Amino acid sequence: MMNLTLKIWRQKNASDKGQIVDYPISGISPDMSFLEMLDVLNQELIEKGEQPVAFDHDCREGICGTCSLYINGRAHGPQTKITACQLHMRSFKDGDTIYIEPWRAEAFPVVKDLIVDRTSFDRIQQAGGFISVNTSGNTQDANAIPIEKENADKAFDAATCIGCGACVASCKNSSAMLFVSAKVSQFALLPQGQVEATDRVLNMVKQMDEEGFGNCTNTGACEVECPKGISLENIARMNREYLSASLKG
Amino acid sequence: MSILDSKIPEGPLADKWTKHKNDINLVNPANKRLIDVIIVGTGLAGGSSAATLAELGYNVKAFCFQDSPRRAHSIAAQGGINAAKNYQGDGDSTYRLFYDTVKGGDYRSREANVHRLAEVSTNIIDQCVAQGVPFAREYGGLLDNRSFGGVLVSRTFYAKGQTGQQLLLGAYAAMNRQIGRGKIKMYTRHEMLDVVIVDGKARGIIARNLVTGEIERHSAHAVVLGTGGYGNAFYLSTYAMGSNVTAAWKAHKRGAFFANPCYTQIHPTCIPVSGDHQSKLTLMSESLRNDGRIWVPKHKKDVDAIRNGSLKPTDLKEEDRDYYLERRYPAFGNLVPRDVASRAAKERCDAGYGVNQTGEAVYLDFASAIERYGKEQAYVKGLNVDDTKLVTDLGKKVVENKYGNLFQMYEKIVDQNPYETPMMIYPAVHYTMGGLWVDYNLMTTVPGLYAIGEANFSDHGANRLGASALMQGLADGYFVLPYTIGDYLAHDIRTGTIPTDTKEFDEAEENVRAGINKLINNQGTKSVDHFHKRLGKIMWNKCGMARNEKDLKSAISEIAQLREEFYKDVFVPGTENEYNEELAKAGRVADFLELGELFAKDALEREESAGGHFRDEYQTEGGEALRRPEFQYVSAWEYKGKPSEAVHHKEELKYENIEVKERSYK
Repeated sequence: MMNLTLKIWRQKNASDKGQIVDYPISGISPDMSFLEMLDVLNQELIEKGEQPVAFDHDCREGICGTCSLYINGRAHGPQTKITACQLHMRSFKDGDTIYIEPWRAEAFPVVKDLIVDRTSFDRIQQAGGFISVNTSGNTQDANAIPIEKENADKAFDAATCIGCGACVASCKNSSAMLFVSAKVSQFALLPQGQVEATDRVLNMVKQMDEEGFGNCTNTGACEVECPKGISLENIARMNREYLSASLKG
Repeated sequence: MSILDSKIPEGPLADKWTKHKNDINLVNPANKRLIDVIIVGTGLAGGSSAATLAELGYNVKAFCFQDSPRRAHSIAAQGGINAAKNYQGDGDSTYRLFYDTVKGGDYRSREANVHRLAEVSTNIIDQCVAQGVPFAREYGGLLDNRSFGGVLVSRTFYAKGQTGQQLLLGAYAAMNRQIGRGKIKMYTRHEMLDVVIVDGKARGIIARNLVTGEIERHSAHAVVLGTGGYGNAFYLSTYAMGSNVTAAWKAHKRGAFFANPCYTQIHPTCIPVSGDHQSKLTLMSESLRNDGRIWVPKHKKDVDAIRNGSLKPTDLKEEDRDYYLERRYPAFGNLVPRDVASRAAKERCDAGYGVNQTGEAVYLDFASAIERYGKEQAYVKGLNVDDTKLVTDLGKKVVENKYGNLFQMYEKIVDQNPYETPMMIYPAVHYTMGGLWVDYNLMTTVPGLYAIGEANFSDHGANRLGASALMQGLADGYFVLPYTIGDYLAHDIRTGTIPTDTKEFDEAEENVRAGINKLINNQGTKSVDHFHKRLGKIMWNKCGMARNEKDLKSAISEIAQLREEFYKDVFVPGTENEYNEELAKAGRVADFLELGELFAKDALEREESAGGHFRDEYQTEGGEALRRPEFQYVSAWEYKGKPSEAVHHKEELKYENIEVKERSYK
């Protein structure tokens, strides 16, 4: 069992200034998940009649992309290739002090405490993250378009992005290039995506810029912190797509 | 004569859907612009129907409680989606998919609905590929398949262990296209808290903005619920933390009958509970049973040695292991349906053969798959097949390619490497086959109120086969509801916008506000989770994998008592005018506390064993589920003020194309 000191960002709402508040916590089992540790804290706060710490979470198995904690200065905490909900307390030791903050980015305003507004990500997808095919079911047979396994696998790897925003939170420029390039790459690698390739990349990048995300300076922190291991290759691919679209467009 | 009219079309089974589509009313494109549809929930069913209805021209308003429609819990489905494509040439057909699904559901689903599902299954795959969903492929560039439980063919399409994610992102992309065109108005972080009924028809909802706490009125000509299942009544489950029954339950209180609430799927392969702090359980996909073998030690002394750490499972000799599924069900082996596999695990653990400290775990072992794949690779590459280390390394790579993300997930949670030592698994609540009663058109007993996907009861009977939830969600959303809803909406082309300043909206809003005020002003002493956990324990212990009259009766009174205590003693911090997760949770738990009682009542009424509903009193000599012909009906419950006073209605099930027989997987 561990005793810890938590230093947690508390902010009532978007217009509040916010501050770090200290919370000692004890009796934490190494088998607990990080979010279960926060559950324990919240139960204690509720019992004392205080406001629990608001944080985003849902599936608790690393796939929905809801959880978004900046733990000890790293998106999703000290381990790589996992989300905060998959982080377990065995990654910490008795007596540790743990800083817990929300994602920090202009395009992700704080809603409350550790919760941020990531609807900017949705708007980028709405600008072009789709193939314009009607959902009638009257398309061609699925096996009428053979796709080279290597490309299919790469498209899949890009498509595993969970839209959590760790890439933005980790980037010194708050750039969303890894997120946007994952969707652009998924479709660029598939024949179905070719038809609208030009408009897609131009529109998505335009929306990304309008939302206030920063530029990419090839630091690569996004790739290191991405819980799904989305590769920087996708950014290179998007840059190529963007260049050829610009020349065409 | 039952008051339930399933509206199943006349004619031969295989022609019903085509004939129905030809017979029903259509709405012309210009008139669709005059019609509003509300869709609650943006998972596979809600998301796909929102996209399709918007594409057809209706004005759609979509709601989800998550911060983005992409986060609905369909995202977590792992293994795959069934379709009768017969790409493997192994004898699959629409009829076989239909047959397997009815049999898998233990003859408690509707023939006509299931056949339609099998018919449209192939369209789903075509549709998703056209949308750019990256399914797994073979080296020739064509789509790959795998097998799931209860089935003797390979008809499951997949994208590693993330099929639900890829399908949901496909539906999300289709939605995004329509949001961008202004045809869908998306309301995220909104929770539906009531349905508004005007002149007997569903005409809108009351929703709460979860960020500001504002109560909003939204009107439409029809309301569609794609709000998922209610497995979180058990507290611990593989559902997302936010998954809830509230929308469906509010609809039930407004007149929608609730069908077969006791039909719950307890999935055999989940990571076992590790302690009291646990907030949720994690599924290990059924696809793992393609390659994993399930076993416990044959002898008690080995069980003890494993539990106290003196024996490693990998050191136990082959002849000292009991591969109990292969032993009991030689024809299907490790790929028996979920209800059968779960009960068999419980049987071994109850007999004292569980392999962890709590005694509630069995092994899922990949050693023989690793060896088999490794040898195959060694042959293909012309390498030495007798080099054990080489073979193992090659085999691990193949297994990693198939299930990499699942193995990683397991290792992160349990801190053991499943490539080196067998996984430990135990059954957990995973899906609910029961839900709102709907007719063939997916309409509930309230005109204009529809339920799709897991939120309805219709296709899976008493047990759902693997890889068919994704199929049903997308079938309902992409290919069924968009047709059938037109038949109803055709009468609304002259209605005009539904006003929200009417007495019906006033009454519904009052009702919602009263409920919120009651919770927030209740100066109790215990947290919402306190009650939720206690409800979960009652549900798991008395309405879980095996049920009996005595336990069910005591569950009914315990839940009613707990509900009373909840309203007396629950404490909800904060106010109603802010982001307040505890308040949202309190409302959901209040509804689970009512549903739980109806659940137990339904299980008590059903004096037979069928699929996931196993009554100790009704079993064969071999311990298998004993169905009784007199219970060949759907139970649909009508709300009458309290769960205890719910009125029972029956819809008789007729099997004209399938012979009802003992479900055997031996």
